Amino acid sequence: MDFDLMLRVYPFFLDAAWVTIQLSVLTALLGLTCGTLGASARLSRFALLRFLGAAYVSVFRGTPALIQLFILYFGGPQIGIQLDAFEAGVIGLGINAGAYMTETIRGAIISIDKGQREAARTLGLSQWQATYNVILPQAARLMVRPLGVNLNMLIKATALVAAISVVELTYTAQRYIGSTYKPFEMFLLAGLLYMIIIYATGRAVTWLDRKVQIT
Amino acid sequence: MTDQSHFVEIRHAQKSYGTLEVLKDISLNVERGQIVAIIGPSGSGKSTLLRAVNDLDSLTGGEVWLDGVQVNKDLPHRQYEKHINAMRQDIGMVFQHFNLFPHLTARENVVMAPKMLKGLSKEDANKLAEEQLEKVGMLDRIDYYPSRLSGGQKQRVAIARALAMKPKLMLFDEATSALDPELVDEVNMVMKKLAEEHMTMIIVTHEMDFAASVCDRVLFMDQGVVVEEGPPEIVFKNPTKDRTREFLRKHLAGAA
Ligand SMILES: Nc1ncnc2c1ncn2[C@@H]1O[C@H](COP(=O)(O)OP(=O)(O)O)[C@@H](O)[C@H]1O
Ligand SMILES: [Mg+2]
Repeated sequence: MDFDLMLRVYPFFLDAAWVTIQLSVLTALLGLTCGTLGASARLSRFALLRFLGAAYVSVFRGTPALIQLFILYFGGPQIGIQLDAFEAGVIGLGINAGAYMTETIRGAIISIDKGQREAARTLGLSQWQATYNVILPQAARLMVRPLGVNLNMLIKATALVAAISVVELTYTAQRYIGSTYKPFEMFLLAGLLYMIIIYATGRAVTWLDRKVQIT
Repeated sequence: MTDQSHFVEIRHAQKSYGTLEVLKDISLNVERGQIVAIIGPSGSGKSTLLRAVNDLDSLTGGEVWLDGVQVNKDLPHRQYEKHINAMRQDIGMVFQHFNLFPHLTARENVVMAPKMLKGLSKEDANKLAEEQLEKVGMLDRIDYYPSRLSGGQKQRVAIARALAMKPKLMLFDEATSALDPELVDEVNMVMKKLAEEHMTMIIVTHEMDFAASVCDRVLFMDQGVVVEEGPPEIVFKNPTKDRTREFLRKHLAGAA
């Protein structure tokens, strides 16, 4: 194994890892937004919104994220959507992650005992007051772990945007293989950096989960 | 115009789930300060009737009135929500499974609704919490989360939470059924205290002795109808209907 080479290219991989982190953060934020909207739609009192929410989830969970990215990035210009690779990556992955998060958020909300809403409504709280003050604070605590799983998947999914030539970790590894012919070392290095990012994220999620639990 | 003469008035209550008729034309009047107990076998419609009073379960027919105002008014959705939220502030309810908010302390459970709906200051809210928790003997656990309370303690906090809205009427749906036997008394004591203060109450219960000792009137329900109704001395000691007798024989067998 060529450690010297790995040490030499390491700084460039760090730059690429920074791009992966930016992608992950933006994707997570967009995913959370879409997930919140999706879950609200799925739990709406209006049948049309429920249908749209369900359709969103089944379309984006029912097709490969790579195809979604390709349609957005390569097919987009055909219908007037011009995005650079990074933008397409964030938007494509964010909407995809949002479909999974929709189910996570919805799952946490519906798992709260219906007696909780009843008790709140009995006291005179409106539907929205009950949701905001009684259901969501409890559901949010239940969401931390499963959203952590979504986050883990999403970080790994950022590797897909290499296919639309965003210069992140995976793409960078491929590029250095072209000049060094050392795929083992290059992918190992990329994998190592992914692992560090994911490990740190996992620790943060565990910490947050502990912090929000009621003792 | 309808003549409104009783404090609580249930008129021809009817409730169906699909083809299953759960309440079949039930009428019931409760006067201010009266305590009515509803007894009957499981599945007879007791909870459904009680939950119709604050429209937690909507009737498919009939009317519910409280203090001269119809609870289940026929209004457009938004207006109805406003109306029912206001009505419910006057109707306290206590559930079999407490339904305390687990993310809030006893204090916060008690003051959440009054703070939100009546705009109490922090000071007044604290005073209210202390007052209500004192009343149910839970002042020493005021900053405990529900997870650290026993069933009886949880139910007492739940009663304090309902009382904090200063309701005109209290509904109890088997408030002691989920409790270990040794914890039943502490909750019954609180309910007795409310009775002494002349709180108007409708109590669904399986505890015949308790019902007999606090209530002014007993309603025996079976299969969605009121089979027998009267003062506890009559219904418990000298029931006129066979079905009542049979039910009481089963339920008093252990207690006798
Ligand atoms: N949401 C519901 N859907 C269908 N049937 C219901 C529902 N809620 C209650 N029931 C039925 O209504 C009947 C009366 O229930 P309930 O009022 O809870 O009885 P009780 O409190 O006397 O035990 C039962 O047969 C029950 O199965
Ligand atoms: Mg019941």
